[in-house]
Amino acid sequence: MRYILNKVAFFVVALWAALTINFILPRLMPGNPAMAMFAKFGGQLNPQALHALELEFGFSKQPMILQYLTYLKNMAEFHWGLSYTYYPTPVKTVIFHSLPWTIGLVGISTLFAVLIGTGFGIYIAWRRGGFLDNTLPVTTMFLQAMPYFWTATILLYVFAFVLHWFPLGHAYATTVTPGWNLPFIMSVLYHSVLPAVTIFLGSVSGWIVGMRNNMINTLGEDYVVFAEAKGVSSWRLMTQYAARNAILPQVTSFALAMGLIVSGSILTEEVFSYPGIGFQLTNAVLSQDLPLIQAAFLIIAVSVLVVNLLVDILYSRLDPRVRTGGGVQ
Amino acid sequence: MSNQQPVLEIRDVSIAYETAVGPVQAVSHVNLTLDENSIVGLVGESGSGKSTLANAVMRLLRGAARLTSGQILVKGQDVYALSPQELRRFRWNVMSMVFQSAMTVLNPVMTVEQQMIDVFRSHRPEMSVREAHQRSLELLDMVRIDRRHARSYPHELSGGMKQRIVIAIALALEPSLVIMDEPTTALDVVVQRSILDQIKELQKERRFAILFISHDFSLVSELASRVAIMYAGRLVEVADSQGLTLADPLHHPYTLGLMRAIPHLSAEDVEIEGIPGNPPNLVELPTGCAYHPRCPSASAVCEREVPTLRQVGGRAIACHIFDPEKRGEFAHVS
Repeated sequence: MRYILNKVAFFVVALWAALTINFILPRLMPGNPAMAMFAKFGGQLNPQALHALELEFGFSKQPMILQYLTYLKNMAEFHWGLSYTYYPTPVKTVIFHSLPWTIGLVGISTLFAVLIGTGFGIYIAWRRGGFLDNTLPVTTMFLQAMPYFWTATILLYVFAFVLHWFPLGHAYATTVTPGWNLPFIMSVLYHSVLPAVTIFLGSVSGWIVGMRNNMINTLGEDYVVFAEAKGVSSWRLMTQYAARNAILPQVTSFALAMGLIVSGSILTEEVFSYPGIGFQLTNAVLSQDLPLIQAAFLIIAVSVLVVNLLVDILYSRLDPRVRTGGGVQ
Repeated sequence: MSNQQPVLEIRDVSIAYETAVGPVQAVSHVNLTLDENSIVGLVGESGSGKSTLANAVMRLLRGAARLTSGQILVKGQDVYALSPQELRRFRWNVMSMVFQSAMTVLNPVMTVEQQMIDVFRSHRPEMSVREAHQRSLELLDMVRIDRRHARSYPHELSGGMKQRIVIAIALALEPSLVIMDEPTTALDVVVQRSILDQIKELQKERRFAILFISHDFSLVSELASRVAIMYAGRLVEVADSQGLTLADPLHHPYTLGLMRAIPHLSAEDVEIEGIPGNPPNLVELPTGCAYHPRCPSASAVCEREVPTLRQVGGRAIACHIFDPEKRGEFAHVS
């Protein structure tokens, strides 16, 4: 319990730090989004309009500390201002429309990569020197060594452009109505195949090779030999004694990878014109949409922190040594 | 005695490790027998092959080690003739082993009790969960560990407690033979003493045979009724432990060297001597008797011929000095 409270306390402090940095950074830059927008309209706006825009974007002539408090309040209430690219759509709307796509696509394909990769890692280490052990790490590593966008482009060219098996881009066909209906869901799944395969191929090798190596190390541990001697069945020996210990470093890697889900795969989304947060972030950067960039960074920071908190809690369930601080009492 | 069959028979066993420079003979032509309810000590320096021999008995040789000759019979059963399934059932029911490294031999992510219950679940599938739980608590009682530690994880226990638990796990199914591979080496002297006392007590009570492996000569000669001394993969002497004193000169020169190296608390002026030189490299064993470069009594024949065990005054010694035909070679030794 104490362990979890510690982790939650750390989470709160880190979240506060992320919010504060996110507040300071745009204010260190010259100008503000309102002025940029003012300039964009080339003098067609009067000073009152500029002032209104500044208020809208949360930049005012108030003392910094008051601005900061207002900012924190707005953040807590999800008032993230208006997007500049999609003016006057609120940033919140842009984010919440793109985030589910990214979490759905990247999250699920990463989860698949982790589960399948770890499973194969356990198996090939157990059957060390077997056919799969000799082939799987090499082939998947070859695929992972290729850049995401390159794999994406090749898949797109072969399977969408030449063979027409899959659509060229976007998350769903324009002929279906978004909602919980079968044609829409099928269309979403159909459109997600190529980007999901790209992400899967680009990351599965790390999980296979990582797990295999951890597993080979634990298989040499005394407690595995002892368990084998005491007659524990092969399945239990492989799972409860070897894999159970070998999986611990994988959980840490998983925490790091989950953080990348929201921010990562920008290039994959870009190639497939997938309306995820990476795609939006690229657009925002290209059109200097500060409120959107700020919100996207915030979402990324918060999701990394949330996932880390969850993984820390999971870790404490998996490794009893973490709960009590590791040493002999 | 109705049951004359020995618990363990090691017959002419040789074990080699495959290495880049060719096979390295770790154990050569070892013969050793353990009777029921007896404690036999196996002593030797590091690298003399004693742990390799122990693992061979359990059929736990891993990696590059191979049994190249001989047979190992446990209660008359050839261990190497068993199928993998039979072997899994044979181990722990008939023979079990206490490993050297108490610190690392328990799974860090499972409670002590789960690791005990695993033995019952694997060998007594008909046993209920409740009964397995009950038996595990009794095992803890047996090695005098508080029942509340059943739910402890290994990192919450001291080294001595861990080794007691390992011993309890080894005795869970009441095997006839327990191999103890340096069970107290990793522990401090005080804990070592209490564990040894406990082993003796349990052995008296439950009457199983122990092959006790150690590099500590005085410890083994105190615990065991018979002691086998190993040097460079060969047995050089097998003797009753009562006779292992300097007062009795009928010993292998290596045994004499070991006995001179034991410090005595009571004696004031006894000189403690080490054995000069180093244990041999198994890759390039000396010709003839492997001990001859360090042996104070060595003669020309020792460089040429490997001595075999022969009966000398109730013990078996592998030394040319005791060969009547070669008596002449040792005129220089008084």
